[in-house]
Amino acid sequence: MNDALRDYVAGLEALARRLGLAYFPVDFELVPSSLMTEIAVYGLPVRMPHWSFGVRYIHQLVRQAMGHSRIFEVMFPGDPCRAYLMDGNTLAENTLVAAHVLGHADFARNNALFARFHEMAGGNIIEMAASHARRIDRAIAEEGLARVEAVLDAALALESHVDVTQPLHRAPYPAEPPQQTPAAPDAFRARFERLPGAPARAAPAARERPPLPPYPEPDLLWFIAQYGPDLAPWERDVFLAVRAESLYFYPVFACQIMNEGWASYWHARLLREADFLPQDLYVSAIKAHSDVVRPFAADEQVALAVNPYHLGFALWERIVEREGLAHARRVRCEEDDFGFVRNYLDRETVESLDLFVWEQKNDGEIRVRSRDLAAVREAILAPKYNYGAPRVFVRALALDGSLELEHDAATDGRGLDPARARAVLGYVRRVWRRPVRLTTVDARGAKIQLDA
Amino acid sequence: MTERASGMTAQTPWYELFSRGARDWLRHNQKVREAVRANLPELLAGADLITHPQDRTVLVPVRFLEHARFRLADAESHAGAGQGKGEAGAVLRPASPRGAPAAGGAGREGNEIRFVLELKVDEIVDWLWEELALPDLKPKRGAALDEPDYVREGWDRRGARARLDRRRTVKEAVKRRAMQTAPLPFTNDDLRFRQLVRRATPAVNAAVIFALDVSGSMQEAERRLAKTFFFFALQGVRRRYAKVETVFLAHAVDAWEFPEAQFFQVAGGGGTIASSVFRLAREQLARRFDPARYNAYLFYASDGENAAEDRAAAAQLLAELAAQLNYVGYVETDGARFRPHASAMAEIFAELKARGLPVGAARLASLDDVWTAIRLFFREQATA
Repeated sequence: MNDALRDYVAGLEALARRLGLAYFPVDFELVPSSLMTEIAVYGLPVRMPHWSFGVRYIHQLVRQAMGHSRIFEVMFPGDPCRAYLMDGNTLAENTLVAAHVLGHADFARNNALFARFHEMAGGNIIEMAASHARRIDRAIAEEGLARVEAVLDAALALESHVDVTQPLHRAPYPAEPPQQTPAAPDAFRARFERLPGAPARAAPAARERPPLPPYPEPDLLWFIAQYGPDLAPWERDVFLAVRAESLYFYPVFACQIMNEGWASYWHARLLREADFLPQDLYVSAIKAHSDVVRPFAADEQVALAVNPYHLGFALWERIVEREGLAHARRVRCEEDDFGFVRNYLDRETVESLDLFVWEQKNDGEIRVRSRDLAAVREAILAPKYNYGAPRVFVRALALDGSLELEHDAATDGRGLDPARARAVLGYVRRVWRRPVRLTTVDARGAKIQLDA
Repeated sequence: MTERASGMTAQTPWYELFSRGARDWLRHNQKVREAVRANLPELLAGADLITHPQDRTVLVPVRFLEHARFRLADAESHAGAGQGKGEAGAVLRPASPRGAPAAGGAGREGNEIRFVLELKVDEIVDWLWEELALPDLKPKRGAALDEPDYVREGWDRRGARARLDRRRTVKEAVKRRAMQTAPLPFTNDDLRFRQLVRRATPAVNAAVIFALDVSGSMQEAERRLAKTFFFFALQGVRRRYAKVETVFLAHAVDAWEFPEAQFFQVAGGGGTIASSVFRLAREQLARRFDPARYNAYLFYASDGENAAEDRAAAAQLLAELAAQLNYVGYVETDGARFRPHASAMAEIFAELKARGLPVGAARLASLDDVWTAIRLFFREQATA
């Protein structure tokens, strides 16, 4: 089976290159389902230990046991890319999955967002994450589990609160605001200053400490690592490690529909054009394909979620059909899901795919709310804004070292869940070691302050 | 286009060495145990736990711990994108008949998985005594030095073969061989035998009499409090004594003995004459638990009401009991009710305590007070 798969993959790669896919080499590895489960849970083959992963692990095992979740492949973009295939899957499935991975590899190398993060991280995230895990293991040996866990509680709770527009290795704020260079003397200024009644020149303002942060800072992990008054070096290191991994996950998160759709488009096309595949293998592989890209489970007529494989696949097929492959390649370079959905999900597609927006009331009733194009686009994109997290900023680092956070409730539309927010503040407080405050709004929209 | 070909491998068994998922899951469970331990009284209040806790375990259903994140508060309604047929306004899922929480929870959180934690009662009690830093019970001073028994004491070079102490013998042999130049492996001089001595041991039996007021004024909640208190009081006694016998007495106007299973279900009515139960306790004590051989305890739970004409009799009987018992603990289960003066029973106990008898009284309003009461009684009996 291995030999057969190896041959097919070599054939698929040759075909992919002929069709113009350009990617970093891919290392395929056949692994048992236990490792696949862990990769799905941790997001990476080797990652720092934390009890919350244990909870996700059990949830995943339960879902798999109930047949709700099946993992086909996990692919880590990089140079080389790493792809893990499940050794228990059939040859047909793994052939399909290998073709799918080639699509991902092409996407990851050429998409601008992926390329920027690849550039920053150096294309070896798996090794980087493993070395983070190792450093954290060493910290546990030196500092004790309880202390390291407290830091991880805080850092992982803030995992999505990074500024994805900033570089991985981000410099501290400039120490002082740039000095105002005195304007060169000129005739106008000289006359202006001689005008009668002109206010006395203000004495040069006392050198004030520039406010910290100079603007509301969304990169909580970075700010804490950089400016936490009482953090030990190894604690800063943990925050930065979590931030680096979080930044790595961002392109995957922000391009999920495009990326899965692109990979699905290519696995379908590669398989269709791979004349070296036996007919029966092709048929079973295409059956697996239609299971993956279908909109809803076999016995359902309606889905309350949009399958990104299905949506992305449909959009890419349409783009290629209407505007050609060259144009599709340009879209693949330039867009992320926000631009992709807004620019390419049109009324016709919404109608042909039967997309809608549903609404669930507090009594549990779910209704179709609308089939309006703009509403559908927003409903698809809503969970993706700001890395899927509420907008929380560092507003000030007070003189006594306390940390003041602010939730932008106006943009998010409502306040934070106070119990969870308090719990997070509690985690942060233990590491920050000074008071931590957060302002948000309550259910009536009145401003409230939470303390820890 | 690329310099290096893609590769394929299948044998990299590093990940077979251990499971990160299982490791983090175990750590989670450890944290759950710690959390459970912090909330024990609430968890144990409902369980039917008094008898034979040695082989009892408690199954505690627990939720997974949540690693909190910033999240928006739940809104009035919740929207998302979906796919399928249906006009705007079509109902996809009817309102749940049981109302909002169930539906909202199920709809948004997905299926919640719970698991059951098995805790040993003994373990729990050990935790508690550690936590509360309670002294062990003090057996009666001068409790008759009866029950002479053989106890191990010391070693000798001669003795019955059955009492040969092998470890000790080998040690002796090792010491001797270290000093000799051409030693024999074992000699008769190396043999060490355990010696037995006949000694009188203090009584190790204990009896606990639980008395419960079941008159009409005792509500369900108050009985639960009393039960929880009795449970932990009994655990405390069990920790100290090898063998503990229990007696369950309930009273309204008259008093009866009940088997444990029925004890907490007993509902009485009408007035309250506390002396009836003290009289019964005295009888039981005289008949079954010789004060010379038993360390006996009485725990009484009541709402504090007692018929006015019974006061003298109750006080008299309690004084008699207190003189014979190691300790008498009284819990008043109406702690939540406002009361300008001490209740009839509380007054009696205050009097007895002033006379130097080993008694104590505490009020129970909530489960937390159970700990206060337990702590008070176990500290007091140590100094009484």
